[in-house]
Amino acid sequence: MFSPIIIIEAMINGLLTGAIYALVALGLTLVYGVLHIINFAHGATLAAAMFAVWGLNAGFGIDPYVAIVIVTPVFFALGYGLQRFVIGPAAHGDDGNILLITLGLSILIENALLASFGSDTRSIPSDFAFSVVEAGPFLLSSAKLVGAVGSLVVAILFWLLMTRTDTGKAIRAVAREKLGARLVGINVGHVYAVTFGLGCAALGVAACLLMPTFYVNPRIGGAFVNIAFTVVVLGGMGSVPGAVAGGLIIGVVESVSGLLLGESLGQIGIFIIFILVLLLRPTGLFGARV
Amino acid sequence: MMRGYFWIIVITLLIAATPLLTSSNTFFNFTVVVLIIALAAQGWNLLGGIGGQTSFGHAMFFGIGAYTASMLQTHLGVNAWIALIAAIAAGSLAGLIVGFLSFRAGLRGSYFALVTLAFAELLRVLANASEWTGGASGLLLKLEPSLANMQFSSRPTFMLLALAFVFISLVITQHIVNSRFGAHLVAVRENEDAAKALGVDVLTVKLKAISLSGAMTAAAGVLYVQYFLYIDAAIAFGIWISIEALLAPMVGGRGRVLGPLIGAFTLHGLGEITKSFAGRVPGIDLMVFAVVLIIVIAFASAGILGLLKKLSDRFAAKGGA
Repeated sequence: MFSPIIIIEAMINGLLTGAIYALVALGLTLVYGVLHIINFAHGATLAAAMFAVWGLNAGFGIDPYVAIVIVTPVFFALGYGLQRFVIGPAAHGDDGNILLITLGLSILIENALLASFGSDTRSIPSDFAFSVVEAGPFLLSSAKLVGAVGSLVVAILFWLLMTRTDTGKAIRAVAREKLGARLVGINVGHVYAVTFGLGCAALGVAACLLMPTFYVNPRIGGAFVNIAFTVVVLGGMGSVPGAVAGGLIIGVVESVSGLLLGESLGQIGIFIIFILVLLLRPTGLFGARV
Repeated sequence: MMRGYFWIIVITLLIAATPLLTSSNTFFNFTVVVLIIALAAQGWNLLGGIGGQTSFGHAMFFGIGAYTASMLQTHLGVNAWIALIAAIAAGSLAGLIVGFLSFRAGLRGSYFALVTLAFAELLRVLANASEWTGGASGLLLKLEPSLANMQFSSRPTFMLLALAFVFISLVITQHIVNSRFGAHLVAVRENEDAAKALGVDVLTVKLKAISLSGAMTAAAGVLYVQYFLYIDAAIAFGIWISIEALLAPMVGGRGRVLGPLIGAFTLHGLGEITKSFAGRVPGIDLMVFAVVLIIVIAFASAGILGLLKKLSDRFAAKGGA
C-alpha cells in the first residue's frame, strides 16, 4: 500500500491543481448563473488562451505571469464580442440553440487551432517549472503554489466585483430578474456580454497560471471542459463558492484516484462523480435549485 | 396515401443506381461513410429531433454496437449477423438504462446533453483500459470476405448493404412519425408538461424513443467495424461520432425523416469540396461543419428540408393565386 505521506502529498497536490480548476470553472458557473446557458466552448476558449500564452512566450519571450496583463483583457474583449455579436443574435433566446451554437464554436476554435498550430503538444521551457518548496516532509511545486494562490486571489476579486461594484449589482439584477432589470434601465444585452467577457477573462488568467507547469495542444480543451462541468455541477450551477469548493474536491479526487488506479483509469472518478451528482442531486452542493 | 414514403423510395433508388453510373472507389468510400453516419444520425434524430431530447453522447450507442459486434466475433467466433442482432439489442438496452436513470431523475435540456456526454466519456475511458476491448491498441477483425461474415470485397456491394440499413431506418422512422407514438413524442418535445396533463405517459414515451434510438445508432457502429474491420476506444466512443450524429439532422432538418441523410450528404460533400480547395490542412472540414451549424441555427433552424418546404409552399401559393 501507499504510505500516508504519499497519499497526503497527492491530496495537497490535488488541492493546488484543484484551485486552478476552480478558476476555470468560475467563468462557466458565472455565465450559467447569469445567462442560464451552458457554454460548451469554454474548454476550447481555454485552449486558445493557452496557445496565446505560449505564442507570447515563443514569439516575444514574454513570461507567462507577465502575459496576464495582455491575455486577460484580450480574452475579455473576445468573450464580450462573441456573446454580443454571435451567440446572442444567433440563438433567438432559445437555450437549446445556445448549447448547440457553443458546441459549434468549440468545434470551430479547436479545429482552427489544429489548422494553425498542428496537433503537436507544446510547453514553455523554464527552470521555474522544476523548482520546489519544502514544507515539512512534503515537496511542493512552486509554480503550482503560485497558480493556486493566484486562482484564489482572482476568485476573491470576482466576489468583490460581484458584491461591491455597480457592474456586479447590474449582473446580479439581470441574473435574478431579466425583465425587471430592463425596466429599471439596465442594458441587458450589454450585461450579458460583460458576464461572458468576465468568464473568458478568468480563462485568460487560468491559462497564464497553467502554462508554466502544463502543456497545450488543440485538443486540451476537451479534458478541461469535462473537469469544469463536473466542478460546476458538483458545486451547484451558478454558485461561485460552489465552484471553488467543487474545484478543490475534484482536484483531490483526480489526484488520489490517479495515484490508486493509474493514469488512464484515474479519470473515471471524475465521470462517476459527474453522473452521480447529475442523477442524484442535480442542484449540486451549493446550488439553490435547477 | 404514401404519407412520406415516396421520397424515401426515390432517394434510396437513386443511391442504389449509382453503381451503374460510376465505378470510382473514392465515391463508394465516401457514400459508405455518409450512409453509416446517416444511420447513426437517424438514431439521434428519433430522440433529439422528433423527441426533443438533445444528446451529446450518441457515441455511447455507436461504440456499444461496434464493440459488441467485434468482441463477439473475435473472442467467441460468433457469426457476424448474429453479432449484429446482439449489438442492436445491446444498444437498445443501453438506451433503456441511460434513459431510465436520467429521465427518471428529471434531466432535461442541457443537463440531459451533459449526462449523455459523461456516459460516452466514461465508456471511452473503460474501453481504453480494458483487456476485452483490446485496450488502447483496439480490436482487429479478420479479413474474410463472404456474405456470412458480412464482409464484401466489392465496395458497391457494401454500399448497397449500408443503403439497405439506412432504408430500413427511414421506413421505421416514417412509420413512427405517422403513428400515435410519434404524435406523443412530438407532444413531449413541444411541451412536456402539457403532454403529461393530456394523459401522455411521458417517461414511457421517452424510454421507447431512447431505446429505439440506441438500437439504430448501435447498428451504425456494427456497419463501421464490418467495413473498416478495426475499432478502438477513440473511434468507438469518441466525441466525433456524437457530433456527426447531431450535426447531420440539425443541418438536414431536425425531426424530419430524411433530415439525417440529406444533412450527412450535404456536410460531407461540403467537407470534400473544402478539402479539395484547401489541401491537407487538418481540421478544415470540421471548421466548415461548425460554421454551417451556427449559420443553420441562426438563419434556418428547420434545416435544408425546412428551407425547401418554405420555398415550395411559397411557390404553391403563387401558383394558386
